[in-house]
Amino acid sequence: MTTDLLTPVLTAHWDEPDSYTMAAYKRHGGYEALPTALGMHQDAVMQLVKASGLRGRGGAGFPTGLKWGFIPQGDGKPHYLVVNADESEPGTCKDVPIMLANPHVLIEGAIIASYAIRATHAFIYVRGEVLHAIRRLQHAVDEAYEAGYLGRNILGSGFDLELVVHAGAGAYICGEETALLDSLEGRRGQPRLRPPFPAVAGLYAAPTVVNNVESIASVPSIVVNGPDWFAAMGTEKSAGFGFFSLSGHINRPGQYEAPLGITLRQLIDLAGGVRSGHELKFWTPGGSSTPILTAEHLDVPLDFEAVGAAGSLLGTRALQIFDDTTCIVRAVLRWTEFYAHESCGKCTPCREGTYWLVQILDRLERGEGKADELDQLLDISDNILGRAFCALGDGAVAPITSSIEYFRDEYLAHLNRGRCPFDAAASTLFAAPAQQTPEGLAPDAPGSPAAETPGAETPPEPTAGPGSASDD
Amino acid sequence: MTEAGEREERPNEPIPGDGEQPMSTAGREGEASAEFSGKTKKASLDALEVQAKEIIARYPQPRSALLPLLHLLQAEEGYVSPDGIEFAAEQLQLTTAEVAGVVTFYTMYKRRPVGDYHVGVCTNTLCAVMGGDAIFATLKEHLGVGNDETTDDGAVTLEHIECNAACDFAPVVMVNWEFFDNQTPESAKDLVDRLRSGNPPAPSRGAQHLCTWKEASRVLAGFSDGRATEGANAGPATLVGLTIAKERGWSAPEPAAKRAAASEDTEGRDGRQ
Repeated sequence: MTTDLLTPVLTAHWDEPDSYTMAAYKRHGGYEALPTALGMHQDAVMQLVKASGLRGRGGAGFPTGLKWGFIPQGDGKPHYLVVNADESEPGTCKDVPIMLANPHVLIEGAIIASYAIRATHAFIYVRGEVLHAIRRLQHAVDEAYEAGYLGRNILGSGFDLELVVHAGAGAYICGEETALLDSLEGRRGQPRLRPPFPAVAGLYAAPTVVNNVESIASVPSIVVNGPDWFAAMGTEKSAGFGFFSLSGHINRPGQYEAPLGITLRQLIDLAGGVRSGHELKFWTPGGSSTPILTAEHLDVPLDFEAVGAAGSLLGTRALQIFDDTTCIVRAVLRWTEFYAHESCGKCTPCREGTYWLVQILDRLERGEGKADELDQLLDISDNILGRAFCALGDGAVAPITSSIEYFRDEYLAHLNRGRCPFDAAASTLFAAPAQQTPEGLAPDAPGSPAAETPGAETPPEPTAGPGSASDD
Repeated sequence: MTEAGEREERPNEPIPGDGEQPMSTAGREGEASAEFSGKTKKASLDALEVQAKEIIARYPQPRSALLPLLHLLQAEEGYVSPDGIEFAAEQLQLTTAEVAGVVTFYTMYKRRPVGDYHVGVCTNTLCAVMGGDAIFATLKEHLGVGNDETTDDGAVTLEHIECNAACDFAPVVMVNWEFFDNQTPESAKDLVDRLRSGNPPAPSRGAQHLCTWKEASRVLAGFSDGRATEGANAGPATLVGLTIAKERGWSAPEPAAKRAAASEDTEGRDGRQ
């Protein structure tokens, strides 16, 4: 069955200005999944989500129904649902719009998920830096209590649920589920050793499911429309719809809700193309922790399997688009500074490794490094990858190793010239249009003699890497 | 929450909640930390106990209340002071070391007084490339402060921040954690000028009027300010995919049940006709 290129489900009614209210949500069938789910056996709800093929939308792509199924039943312990709304992965900007535009779909999903895993207490752990999203969540939770969707004996089903909106306090690592749980327990947000997994020993050492906002928000539509409806979208192993968040050097950045498996070429086409006068240089498929890809990967289906086969990860479908005015070394340095800043300090490879990566990249970016320091970057990266306590370390090295794979020559160009050959002003949103300043370089910009700039002369060719053998 | 007695002792302190009031004079930070001490301060923190208990009651285990409790302290004092740490420790039966360990881990907790408006410029890669670096450099020069520093009038604290989940609106500036989308160096200068003159503009996607840093902190502690229904539900970039889909008549597939019901409906009507 073929589906349309874009399939608005969660966004379908966001063009109505009051979409965040309970009244608007109910106008379009909101809270109709809840009585259906509460009328089913808990295991049947779990089975339904399993059958849909929904995979976690927070980046890792673990099957949501399977995760629910790991919660031991009849163990006499309290169970918890924790919604991970700590959206902080650079490039990722989908959960905050959901919470601003329709917090109720998240709440309905959380009630259904809690019922399925037999939790009577749920939390939405939302990053603290999004004040209005937090207001909207708090307001929606209040509305849901008033309507009898939360609290005691929900809709006369005998099911009780308390839902608490909990604001974080600024720590990227708290998006990692075990660090999030420590944070929710009032501690420093540092990841825990696994096993035991949260399904066995999560919040307060009790069985806990941690799910991303978009995953939970997808549940009501699956309950109402059925698992087959959901699975009819997307690919066989990457079912359903999802947000594709385009940002950067693109004419119409924003949220595109589409079946998994759409390509970047299709999305860029819908978005009116890359910034006029420029070409795509590199992009992230799912945030900065997913290895960068280049123009040769425009036709890779954006699903878990195909992006993996292309050497990256689907992640959060945070498509950050960078055109030919962007210095790869500057971009990677900044990401690396981010990881060094956000490293929780618990394990040595990540804490120390990210520190040294920044030192080296900073020298390279200023054109003061040495060529063999590229190998040193790769060596340090190799000592972090797979050796750090959690995935932050793996994420930290992804931009480095992938950028050296595709743009080694551009690193070397910094060394040969003794400085960065790019003009940062040309990359900005407020740069003069490219047609007036050929090759995207401001004529009066420092060092802008066009011949000296990779953006102007022949850009360094991407270094051949796996996958680049294709004739592009 | 400001106590009457405390007001008398600190006549220059703007009343939290009164965003229209002109900013106080230079040197407020120093005055505040000197005056905001001793018994007066203790009394003001004691008055927080009712709200502290309310926060603790939300959770199955008391320690979970620590993060919101620290937001509450910032709502009261503008930052987390040593006395605040002691207060939180007492409330939760923790040591001050345990509380301090948490305070220092999270970037939103400040250990020095913050201005009425915390201005966060995203300088993570995408925003930096799109203009965040230029905006941050411009604001540093314009305000005459460095990173994590406050203007002499106590109005603006400038900080460069990490990705704030609004990349489709890059470059992004946050004021008291409200979104100011698609900024330029010029628009950002205008923004901080208006903050300093007591005439803050409305956020792109947020409440109608900016609240102060302390008021924002109270919302983060879980106490509603009644402003959830203000402002837009979505920004333009949020809606681009939906707009294109509508233009082209695209939608998610009809569920089988609805398709069946719809065709029955049509047949029924046809029959009656």
